[in-house]
Amino acid sequence: MDALGAMQAAIRLMVTFDPQFLQIVGLSLRVTLTAVLVAAIIGLPLGAWLALARFPGRTALIVVINGLMGLPPVVAGLVVFLFLSRSGPLGPLGLLFTPTAMIIAQTILVLPIVIALTRGTLEELWQEYREHLTSLGLTGWRAVPTLLWDGRFALATGLLAGFGRASAEVGAVLIVGGNIANYTRTMTTTIALETSKGDLPLALGLGLVLMALTLAINAAGYAASRIGTRFAG
Amino acid sequence: MIDRKMWLVLGLALVASGPAFAQGTPAERFITVSSTTSTTDSGLFTHLLPLFKAKTGIEVRVVSQGTGQALDTGRRGDADVVFVHARAQELKFVEEGFGVERKPVMYNDFVLIGPKADPAGIKGGKDIVTALKAVQAKGSLFISRGDKSGTHSAELNLWKAAEIDIEKVKGPWYREIGQGMGAALNMASAQNGYVLSDRATWLNFRNRGDLDIVVEGDRRLFNQYGVMLVNPAKHSHVKKAEGQAFIDWLVSPEGQKAISDYKIGGASLFFPNATQPGA
Repeated sequence: MDALGAMQAAIRLMVTFDPQFLQIVGLSLRVTLTAVLVAAIIGLPLGAWLALARFPGRTALIVVINGLMGLPPVVAGLVVFLFLSRSGPLGPLGLLFTPTAMIIAQTILVLPIVIALTRGTLEELWQEYREHLTSLGLTGWRAVPTLLWDGRFALATGLLAGFGRASAEVGAVLIVGGNIANYTRTMTTTIALETSKGDLPLALGLGLVLMALTLAINAAGYAASRIGTRFAG
Repeated sequence: MIDRKMWLVLGLALVASGPAFAQGTPAERFITVSSTTSTTDSGLFTHLLPLFKAKTGIEVRVVSQGTGQALDTGRRGDADVVFVHARAQELKFVEEGFGVERKPVMYNDFVLIGPKADPAGIKGGKDIVTALKAVQAKGSLFISRGDKSGTHSAELNLWKAAEIDIEKVKGPWYREIGQGMGAALNMASAQNGYVLSDRATWLNFRNRGDLDIVVEGDRRLFNQYGVMLVNPAKHSHVKKAEGQAFIDWLVSPEGQKAISDYKIGGASLFFPNATQPGA
């Protein structure tokens, strides 16, 4: 019964192009993709640095970052909330209950994944190609672009994993976004809201749409990397 | 070659995501209101806010939380206006200097929801105190919000009125779930328990299962809503003019009529009473 109702709700949502629904989907994608992009811009160089640099405490730092991959979204949300609240250190910026706050929280969730996977991938590649790269005169930092390029598929998978984590979470965006209608309401917070209203078919239908979107983005990422391989030869 | 290509890709991605950093609605006047789940879940705000925006051009962003949390949001300065239902807590909020002035807006009522099988034998009663005594005596399953919301504090007051010290007598039959009204109703529906709900949320609730209203109409079940501007003296960024405009509109004849015009199935959910003394 409920499964049927959910399928109907999902199909109705997708074929009617309800503007409010499209706005929710748009905001979800905007927030999550921006968070992944920011995490990539910060995390790729940081991960590369961590792969190549040698300094005291490096192992401890790696363990901490690996551990942060399991940071509960609700904790990340709470920390961002306390910083952005008007009574917090960044209060004057007035960012609480805005999409920007949601992007910040999700970036914090995605960043450890990007750093850890970049570090792992590049360290392996560096060990494998070290002699070859050194003979080409590519040492230290100058080897990073080559390593990133060679590891691009593994890194793309890492970014997709980060996207998965961010698009699926509800705890952080709910706390820092406030689930404001037409402003900070995303797919996952809508699902939570409809569940609390007892409209379980609609909630489940939204869940199906979210899963379909995630699937589509993963497929697109995969296709892009295949096409990329062909062109790169 | 390789790095140049990569920078190109990165640059393109940045340009493409540019709009993502821009605010959703630039240069619009808006206020943030912290309110309770009942006003949102009942659909009242969906009815009221477009009317207010059409008149004033001010967008109202509602964050819906339990009353305790909504007041806290105001205390921290994260909202311009607080619109909740727990008179004592509201007066304390104003007394502490966080709110400017509390104005009564409207009331609705609570109803006791329970399974149709009615294990406590209280269905159709008009006396909430007798009903709660029976629930406790029979040890029938009771779901409590347990989240310091307005509904939770109303429930605690009713136990007090029944001369039951719930902290002392609570056992496995009394479940404090620490969640919102909808979650409490979902749990009562799944486990066939009794639960106190505001009528509006109940009327909008879809997953009723075997639940129905068992007690309603007791005067002690009336639920008064009040609205307050967060004190600009405490938080200088509070949008005083816009926030006050919203409050003034809510208690104006026009706003009050808009509230009573909101109906589900022909029945009003909220009853305006801004002019009633002592409300």
